[in-house]
Amino acid sequence: MRAAVIVFPGSNCDRDLVVALEQAGADVQMVWHKDKELPAGLDLVAVPGGFSFGDYLRCGAIAAQSPICRSVVNFAGKGGYVLGICNGFQILTETGLLPGALLRNADLHYICKYVPLTVQTANSAFTRGYTKGQNINIPIAHHDGNYNVDPETLGRLKGDDRIAFTYGDNPNGSTADIAGVLSENRRVLGMMPHPERAADSRLGGTDGTALFRALADSLVAA
Amino acid sequence: MPLGDNLFMQEPAITKDLIAAHGLKPDEYERLLKTIGREPSFTELGIFSAMWNEHCSYKSSKKWLRTLPTTGPQVICGPGENAGIVDIGDGQCVVFKMESHNHPSYIEPYQGAATGVGGILRDVFTMGARPIAAMNSLSFGELSHPKTRQLVNGVVAGIGGYGNCFGVPTVGGEVRFDAAYNGNCLVNAFAAGLADTDKIFYSAASGVGMPVVYLGAKTGRDGVGGATMASAEFDDTIEEKRPTVQVGDPFTEKRLMEATLELMATGAVISIQDMGAAGLTCSAVEMGDKGNLGVRLDLEKVPTREPNMTAYEMMLSESQERMLMVLKPELEAEAKAVFDKWDLDFAIVGETIAEDRFVVMLNNEVKADLPLKALSGTAPEYDRPWVETPRAAPLDDVPEIDPIDGLRALLASPNYAAKNWVFEQYDTMVMADTIKLPGLGAGVIRVHGTRKALAFTSDVTPRYVMANPTEGGKQAVAEAYRNLTAVGAKPLATTDNMNFGNPEKPEIMGQFVGAIKGIGEAVSALDMPIVSGNVSLYNETDGTGILPTPTIGAVGLIDDIDHIIAGEAREGHVALLVGKTKGHLGQSALLAEVFHRKDGDAPHVDLDAEKRNGDFIRDNRHYIKACTDLSDGGLIVAAFEIAETAGVGVSLDAADTAKLFGEDQARYLVACNFDQAEALITEAGKTGVHVEAVGRFGGHNVSIDGTSAPLSELSGIYRSAFASAVA
Repeated sequence: MRAAVIVFPGSNCDRDLVVALEQAGADVQMVWHKDKELPAGLDLVAVPGGFSFGDYLRCGAIAAQSPICRSVVNFAGKGGYVLGICNGFQILTETGLLPGALLRNADLHYICKYVPLTVQTANSAFTRGYTKGQNINIPIAHHDGNYNVDPETLGRLKGDDRIAFTYGDNPNGSTADIAGVLSENRRVLGMMPHPERAADSRLGGTDGTALFRALADSLVAA
Repeated sequence: MPLGDNLFMQEPAITKDLIAAHGLKPDEYERLLKTIGREPSFTELGIFSAMWNEHCSYKSSKKWLRTLPTTGPQVICGPGENAGIVDIGDGQCVVFKMESHNHPSYIEPYQGAATGVGGILRDVFTMGARPIAAMNSLSFGELSHPKTRQLVNGVVAGIGGYGNCFGVPTVGGEVRFDAAYNGNCLVNAFAAGLADTDKIFYSAASGVGMPVVYLGAKTGRDGVGGATMASAEFDDTIEEKRPTVQVGDPFTEKRLMEATLELMATGAVISIQDMGAAGLTCSAVEMGDKGNLGVRLDLEKVPTREPNMTAYEMMLSESQERMLMVLKPELEAEAKAVFDKWDLDFAIVGETIAEDRFVVMLNNEVKADLPLKALSGTAPEYDRPWVETPRAAPLDDVPEIDPIDGLRALLASPNYAAKNWVFEQYDTMVMADTIKLPGLGAGVIRVHGTRKALAFTSDVTPRYVMANPTEGGKQAVAEAYRNLTAVGAKPLATTDNMNFGNPEKPEIMGQFVGAIKGIGEAVSALDMPIVSGNVSLYNETDGTGILPTPTIGAVGLIDDIDHIIAGEAREGHVALLVGKTKGHLGQSALLAEVFHRKDGDAPHVDLDAEKRNGDFIRDNRHYIKACTDLSDGGLIVAAFEIAETAGVGVSLDAADTAKLFGEDQARYLVACNFDQAEALITEAGKTGVHVEAVGRFGGHNVSIDGTSAPLSELSGIYRSAFASAVA
């Protein structure tokens, strides 16, 4: 698998994501936000967590206007795989690649802790390493993770089996406990929890490993 | 550049009131006149006040700080630079320091705390180290005080707001409440970074005619006079001081860190210094002074946020996220390209000069022309009168108490309840190397890409220091030593953040002197020299001082991640107490929280026993599943904490209050299986360490000699008390 991790000013989980992808066997390049073109021959573009542009204006809103984001949208449009984690998820909703928006947490506090998740679908290159209904523990770390989506879109997400993960104990007020969603073609995943922080037994959890491994397996075959 | 009439144009006349408003005492002003041989300009007065205030000059504390042990084979750089540097082997080093932001945090909690974090992070990356861990030690007034909850919420949000965005994991810290902090909260921020030993950057300038470069964010009017404010007591005009508090921008700091580290890699940096207290003034003088050079600044080249800033304002601004660097001129283009990439200001604002002068120009007008060395070298230094703290009154009888009731009272106190409400607002895992999250004892971070790990802790028990400054000073170091030991780490070195009241009062100065003596003895005996630190005095409001609070931040090394003690107690594990128990209840948590008493002496610290017992834990870590040191609340609280973490009950054999709640030092509680316990007892016999079995883990209750309560009930109290008190 050849992957790119996009680096915005203020990204701070970019290195962690590179480590997790490399551990799964990926060949990873970091791509600066001012670049206009993605490197050729990529299987995956990963948009990392952090505080791109300081989260000023609105989380992800400024990053979504970066030159590189046009290329990411084109890449997804051609059927490329895109993973957005935390701030990356916020950026993907701002680019329109994923529906909905991430609002301030219901209790208005930043929250960083391990949370229980339920895998809602194993039908994607990201989640096929899990089984539907499997309970996993993955940390969250965000101030704006309250996923909000209109009832009609929610109905479509449910009907199309596009809800990837839900929270066991909704920490932030997200609609329908949603922690991660897939695009219509199931090749773009946005999620607030950080699987790259749960990919090493030394760090208290390995429930995120299956996501990276599944991607590496799927995208090698592709 | 002759001093012309224009030096004094449009600037206020130097009057007695103006001098006093700059925090300079009449004798200090006399000293200033003698140093320069004439009346200063307004800008020069500002520069002197910035360099000579307590915060920057350490004029009351220097004499005593010099007595601290600061060397050892592990020490690469001790106090005097931006942060201390300690060798961790394999060509790597850890760079760390703790610094207070007490005064600004009380005036404006969010920004005060945020910029405290920003300042300490800058101290670390200025030296070429990428920050890898942060901690903070917070002291607030009692919760019934009308300001306390606002301060707690603001400070915690400010620390999180800055550190989370910057992207450094917060791995430890303390939060305490006491009426003595009602008028002055304490915010002590610690940061540690990782660097290659051969790629460290210092502040000493070298070479004449080298460009002095301004990096980072623009200069605004915020924080003008901040360092002087931080060197004064508070009174009812405190609200007027709000404009002296700086405003933080962690996004810019993150870019500044990345740009600075990239810049250093280009080889363009001769020397570099962050702009902290007293901004441009302190950083320029520091670089010149250390390099035995003069500095000329052309202030019209300084990137400013607002038009028409005066020289005085630019020299005293404490705008955040700025650095000053001496550049290798031939690499200017490469250096500038880095800052362009990160959209940060890069401006040549002056040069190094051969003469011992600090010349400040604005639009070709001389605004200041001072002997540079004299600015730091002739700063006043005081041998302030001090009196020894009187010996504490003997402890009155302590009534026996139902142990479960006593435990419940401690767990329900925000001082001893779980602090999840605080640290879950901090990113504790960014950088994906956090092995042990904050909560209990030391935090542990893996050294990225290696099998090594670093442990971090911050400790002090102010009520002990109040009762007995010397023993209290020792105890702060000893507790830090134990917390590092309890995760299997070898303590390496220490940073001290000395928070005290008004040093002009002999009894306060006596607390300071006593605490320094205790800290010095302890760091020497436990081989954890002081490599950096900070002093915050005048923590008083309307004449009432805080509890003396010498916060100790300490770092330990674990040579292999397999050697970390990070397990949990299991059903059937033995509870082994390491170290002797006499049952010292003076100044204990039980006395304070349950009986509202503050009598008795602080527990005395036997440094030999600390060393022996600490070595015993490290040498026998393979027998130990879970370990914690005994501190506030003694055996019963330690046993509860191990049990609660593991979700198993515990029963203790002891029944008497002194044995359960006593706070004797040099003790650890260990959980292990029966065979391991036998092995530990055998090993203890060989080394003269006192070890006794005091109970057993298992079941669903906390049981003490017949009385018991469900673990779930106690855990509920422990987990909810803090949030319900402060939220």
